[in-house]
Amino acid sequence: MNLETLAEALGLKCKCCWEKLKTTEVKGGYAGDLLSDVMANSNAGDIWVTRQVHQNIVAVASLKGHAGIVIVQGASPDKDTLDRAGREGIPIMVTDMSKFEVVGKIYQLLSEA
Amino acid sequence: MHPRALVDEAVAQGLDIIAICDHNSSENVPYVMRAARGTPLCVIPGMEVCTREEVHVLALFGDQAQLSLLQDYVYANLQGLNDEDAFGMQPIVNEAGEVEGFNERLLIGATGIPLEDLVSRIHEYGGLAIAAHIDRPSFSVIGQLGFIPPHVPFDALEISARLGIKGGRERFPELSGYPFVTSSDAHFIHDIGAACTRMALQKPCFAEVAMALKGEDGRYIEEDA
Repeated sequence: MNLETLAEALGLKCKCCWEKLKTTEVKGGYAGDLLSDVMANSNAGDIWVTRQVHQNIVAVASLKGHAGIVIVQGASPDKDTLDRAGREGIPIMVTDMSKFEVVGKIYQLLSEA
Repeated sequence: MHPRALVDEAVAQGLDIIAICDHNSSENVPYVMRAARGTPLCVIPGMEVCTREEVHVLALFGDQAQLSLLQDYVYANLQGLNDEDAFGMQPIVNEAGEVEGFNERLLIGATGIPLEDLVSRIHEYGGLAIAAHIDRPSFSVIGQLGFIPPHVPFDALEISARLGIKGGRERFPELSGYPFVTSSDAHFIHDIGAACTRMALQKPCFAEVAMALKGEDGRYIEEDA
């Protein structure tokens, strides 16, 4: 499933790198706010769901080759975070939904795909 | 901790300098400083602040007025009230061991302050910003954020007593550009002196500690000690 289909199905708002949504394939997902844990256990192609907004999330997503980042609970990413994500080509999407809800919906979508 | 007992134990352990760093709070600091009057012990006013990212940062200052500026900033960004049944009482104890009052704020919580803003505010007020216990999985900058953000100008990184500075150098060779310190992180009287950082200073005071972190004018941290 590509990122655009997923973002539309969940009503996620894209904050940067719109142009990459259509061509980015989502292979799986990971949820976590401890970046050390995300670095250790997530995989390339994952959509990463987090409440953390610090710019280090971009470095971690870039390092791991994530498909994109979903920031939950209505939190907004710092300007530095968005600037860096734009430079590194990491799509960042936001939603008012809780992490639990987003992860459940993504899991279902990916299982059906 | 009873301020006088704390000071007595620090002196008995042979410490020259201690820093008082309660979580998001500094209201016990003046009483410990008063209790240390007339003793050889230097008490550095400080605080352990929990940032928005749930990273713990130690803020150390040369005087209490600077610390109180940071305290105002922290309280303005700290929500919630303490639950004594869950987290215990938060008494403010004077140098005579009398309870002055109770802090009703949820001091265990995280502030809404971004890490970068906290460090720049500490510097603006003339303090030192030290990333706390970076080797621990919880509430550390590496645990929460994966690595030390290179643009954040920490004055030093603290290694927990269990690992120590030498162990920290082995585990974090990529952080060789930062000064390392260690401490007992004493939460109880019997923890005091369990670990410390040795520094070559002219006299025990905040300004000399700041110089040692920068390696200025012959002041330095004795890492092999």
